[in-house]
Amino acid sequence: MQHRKYPFIVGFLIVPLVLYITFVIWPYIQTIGYSLTNWQGESQTFKFVGFQNYSDLFHDGVFRTALWHNILLLIFLPVVTILLALFFAFMVNVGGRSTAGGVQGVRGASIYKVVYFFPQVLSVAILIVLFGAIYRSDSAGLLNGVLTKLHLEDANNPIEWLNDPNLVLWCLLGVQVWAGVGFYLVLFSAAMQSIPKDIYEAALLDGADRSQTFFKVTLPLLWDTVQTSWVYISIFAMDFFALVSGLTQGTYGGGPDHHSEVMSTYLMRNFLYFGKSGYACAQGVMIMLLTMIVSVITLRASRRDRIEF
Amino acid sequence: MGSEMNRRDLVKRSAALGLVAVPAAGLLSACASSGGSDSNSSTKPTKGAASKDNPFGVNDSAALDIVIFDGGYGHDYATALGKLYESKHAGSKASVLPTQDITGKLQPRFNGGNPPDVIDDSGAQQIKLDVLQKNGQLSDLTPLLDAPYIDDPSKKIRDVLQPGTIETGTLDGKMYSLSYIYTVWGLWYSGKLFKEKGWTAPKTWTDFMSLSAEIKKAGIAPFAHQGKYPYYINVAIMDLIAKNGGVDLQKRIDAFDPTAWDDPAVLKGITAIYEIVDKGYLLPGTNGLTHIESQTKWNQYKAAFIPCGSWLENEQLKATPSDFDMKFMPMPSLDGDKLPPDAIRAGAGEPFIVPAKAKNQAGGLEFLRMMLTKEGSGKFAAAANSLTVLKDGVGSDVQLRPGTASTVTALTAAGTNTFNYNYPNTNSQFDTDLQNLSAELMAKRLKPAEWVAKAKQLAAKAKSS
Repeated sequence: MQHRKYPFIVGFLIVPLVLYITFVIWPYIQTIGYSLTNWQGESQTFKFVGFQNYSDLFHDGVFRTALWHNILLLIFLPVVTILLALFFAFMVNVGGRSTAGGVQGVRGASIYKVVYFFPQVLSVAILIVLFGAIYRSDSAGLLNGVLTKLHLEDANNPIEWLNDPNLVLWCLLGVQVWAGVGFYLVLFSAAMQSIPKDIYEAALLDGADRSQTFFKVTLPLLWDTVQTSWVYISIFAMDFFALVSGLTQGTYGGGPDHHSEVMSTYLMRNFLYFGKSGYACAQGVMIMLLTMIVSVITLRASRRDRIEF
Repeated sequence: MGSEMNRRDLVKRSAALGLVAVPAAGLLSACASSGGSDSNSSTKPTKGAASKDNPFGVNDSAALDIVIFDGGYGHDYATALGKLYESKHAGSKASVLPTQDITGKLQPRFNGGNPPDVIDDSGAQQIKLDVLQKNGQLSDLTPLLDAPYIDDPSKKIRDVLQPGTIETGTLDGKMYSLSYIYTVWGLWYSGKLFKEKGWTAPKTWTDFMSLSAEIKKAGIAPFAHQGKYPYYINVAIMDLIAKNGGVDLQKRIDAFDPTAWDDPAVLKGITAIYEIVDKGYLLPGTNGLTHIESQTKWNQYKAAFIPCGSWLENEQLKATPSDFDMKFMPMPSLDGDKLPPDAIRAGAGEPFIVPAKAKNQAGGLEFLRMMLTKEGSGKFAAAANSLTVLKDGVGSDVQLRPGTASTVTALTAAGTNTFNYNYPNTNSQFDTDLQNLSAELMAKRLKPAEWVAKAKQLAAKAKSS
């Protein structure tokens, strides 16, 4: 039977492999090719320019700004999302008062779980409309309206959330955290529920309080899930295209004055609007390299011994 | 237990794979160029014989492929003209594809060498004309200009176009696009509000500023602009500069001459706009509002003036109170203006193009010729509350709304004193960067002198590229 094994495996793999090569690998190779040309995106006439695009890229202040913003997101987005999600998941599942019945969540935990998950069912387009209204720069905006009513700000001098260079990136980060926490809360909840209750009960009997239970029991047993989440959220942090281009000033967003620029929006503007498609391809190659580095680091750094239970 | 671990590994690996795959999604468009050929070998329909009635030699049996930007002006006018085309060329079939996603739909077709025959290349997803032209994708429209005007064959098309139409469509000395809509730019106000309060539209900047002080006292913000899109305020700034420095200066700016920015008119224009910001005459929050949000607040009498082009009336049709009495006025004049106070930015917009590789190129040109008739132009004006580039193209039978009517008056008053910048068509990056500077100035993060210095750097950069 052994000799029948390989045709069988190949038979299963051939279709996904062909799809993967056609739609992922081949575009990569093409992108690398185009990144060495001065292609303008509208015809097949272009010249080979060597590494000109890459050397331009290193001297491009806007690209450096965009890269820095992606790095900031890469640091803060996973940290904030995961910490919040872990906290909520812990409270919902095991944070309640311990009773004779053992370990349980806070009162109304099942309702919280559903409510926290709501943002996850909204598409990015809806998020953009919603937060466009929340961050609106005059007193008709939700935030400014509330602040004005509370007399915390002057109606004639509202905070222009998305037009303020110091606020805009953090406003966008807030949107993504708001939208993401619910999903990871459910993910962590599921993982927590697979932790046997007797471990918690043993900890409680030994007199562990909530934070001790969390750090000594829950977190180590959830490490695999946290690690996976970290990688997923990093994907969002490296992309971030839709939120920036939808909510901020400028063609494909990035305003004011590049203070919310991320690599993907800058790439898009160069590719489609400025007709610098070859240059945009070079940026794409850089993004690919950076993302690969990030994923390797993330997987390496979070490697730990697994605990069997 | 073992299978459990395997599954987790799998999830992790697929997540890592996802990380790698994401940029690919962004770059999928890059492969849009693959597989196309640039050769002209695609089967062109044999040309019909050219005649007086058929100057481009349209083949009656050839299909006509029309793509229309489905924006504020809709596409019904194109469908109607398509029917007219079919009836004049028996056996032909004219298909109209209305879309807002011009780039998404057409970039692959340009790259693949099979573009449509005529395109209304407009809207936010417009393919930039300078990029298309540099890549040899556009037909020269000179034959159209020299073709007879259908309503009066003794005239050529070039004789019946509004001034500036040919210049707007010209890149590197040849006309490549026919901008069909004639637009004027300036400030807008409510005739009703002004009448009620006894205010008169100011002619000079000094009057404008003193009226603004009065308006502010009345509890209304003197000035709103569409801050999320700095395009609008940039128009107001550049108009003040052109009126003060004259057409000569405007041409030098268009040519990316960096020394043009040293002209005192530049600093004067930008300082005037900065005065509005500095004196607190802006509608609170207007720097972050979209065009619809700010224009609607203006319609609600929250602000007195707003800068815009003449599409404003059609765009705000639903938000405008019926007794609003929308009025247009030219940008007020500064001291020592080289152009008269009535001078306005006016020009053709909404470019129509015929791709160089179109299968039915003759049909595309003929379609444009049919748009330039009283019938085509009148249909358009009635549907879209806008004038076309056909001189006297709107007959007396077409009823105009107050805003559009006031632009006609302003155009008559301006006479030959119209101007229009061409740099947005020839260098998208310079235009974008300049708008960016203007947004910073409006937010008080740049001073007028810094704005001038940075704009000069941009011009130098644009010149060298």
